[in-house]
Amino acid sequence: MSETGIPIQAPPSVGGSRLMLAMGSVGFIAGILIVFTFQFTQPIIKANEKAFLEQSIFEVFPQTAYKKVFTPDENGVLQPVAEDAEVPYKIYACYDAHHALTGVVLGASGQGFQDVIHLIYGYDPRQQAIVGMKVLQSTETPGLGDKINNDPKFLSNFKHLDVRLNSAGDALRAPVTLIKGARQNNHQISAITGATISSRAVARMIAQSAAINIPLIYKNLKRLEEAGNE
Amino acid sequence: MSEERIQSEKMAIFLKGLWKENPVFVMLLGMCPTLAVTNSVTNALVMGVATMAVLTLSNILVSSLRKLIPAQVRIATYILIIATFVTVADYAIKAASLEVHKALGAFIALIVVNCIILGRAEAFASKNSVGKAALDGLGMGLGFTFALFLLGAVREVLGNGSFLGMPLFGERFQPVTLMILPGGAFFVLGAYLLLFNWLKKRKAEKEEEKIVFFTGEESI
Repeated sequence: MSETGIPIQAPPSVGGSRLMLAMGSVGFIAGILIVFTFQFTQPIIKANEKAFLEQSIFEVFPQTAYKKVFTPDENGVLQPVAEDAEVPYKIYACYDAHHALTGVVLGASGQGFQDVIHLIYGYDPRQQAIVGMKVLQSTETPGLGDKINNDPKFLSNFKHLDVRLNSAGDALRAPVTLIKGARQNNHQISAITGATISSRAVARMIAQSAAINIPLIYKNLKRLEEAGNE
Repeated sequence: MSEERIQSEKMAIFLKGLWKENPVFVMLLGMCPTLAVTNSVTNALVMGVATMAVLTLSNILVSSLRKLIPAQVRIATYILIIATFVTVADYAIKAASLEVHKALGAFIALIVVNCIILGRAEAFASKNSVGKAALDGLGMGLGFTFALFLLGAVREVLGNGSFLGMPLFGERFQPVTLMILPGGAFFVLGAYLLLFNWLKKRKAEKEEEKIVFFTGEESI
């Protein structure tokens, strides 16, 4: 008897093979549907991701005419690779129409407030500064943390973020740091009010990535410049 | 059954989700996406349409297979069907717009646990024909989308000073940040529930007055 006093009718007894057949059939239909959708949408999704990356690189270095992809080998030498190569880390060298290196685009990832944030930033070797940043993927709080995507004041930090190297060329002269309030120096990032965790995540990601990659680029700069003519 | 009666029955199935049995404002189902993704009109509409598509397609498949699925495994089977269509919707949104997919985050996958969908599969689609199940899914889905849109519109206008991403006010506008946070969703939903319940009560009172006027007797 149920709580309401109405007797509950037990479903008619069914053999185990019938249950398995029913579940198996629905599983088969589900599998077909998912595989078909995956096959159909995967090329579109990949093309979307590629186009978004291209557009983001162009936003960081608007004068880019073409780009080449490099990856560091075990000796810290940047080796050219195909654009769709499956390598752990890619560095995008951007060139203008005269084959001159306009800048280098680097990627960085790290934990944000809700999930992992993926971003790219542009390094200009002539200025020895980061000159642009674009968030590729984030699920930060809409209206607060997601200001790392579009807040003009926050993004202005990356118009000229000083990442000059020491005299030996193996480390940054001053590490990239986050500051609450207006920035005092060009190597500081001014945090977004109300979204300190997200801004701190971005600052930490760039600081860590720049500390490793900027000396690497400096070491391979000639190689990258010459690759434009190849 | 006459053709006219069949048509009016179909219309009633379709329309009940929009107002009389609205999943959000009447049945208070699917509160998780309702409160979480209605911080902008675009997010609300995409989530509403994705839920409507999953609801309609899963209703159709559940209804088509209703005679083949034994009662003992029906819930597990419905979840499998719903999860399949949610995966399809996830890929479709990602293919259509990476930006929107990014904005909705984990909430697309969470459509699986939206009780509206499992509720309609169990209460309606498993007992009715494919046509009726499709109409029920469309009606309930539209009702859900409508509710999300109402919430999203108020929250985006007050919390961000924009509608569909277009700024409405000048630079001097001070947005009410609370509105785009989950707390704001509770306030707006509470206000809507208050409004709709008041309208319902007023309608019932007017009908009661009409009865008294025509019969001269007060109802008990």
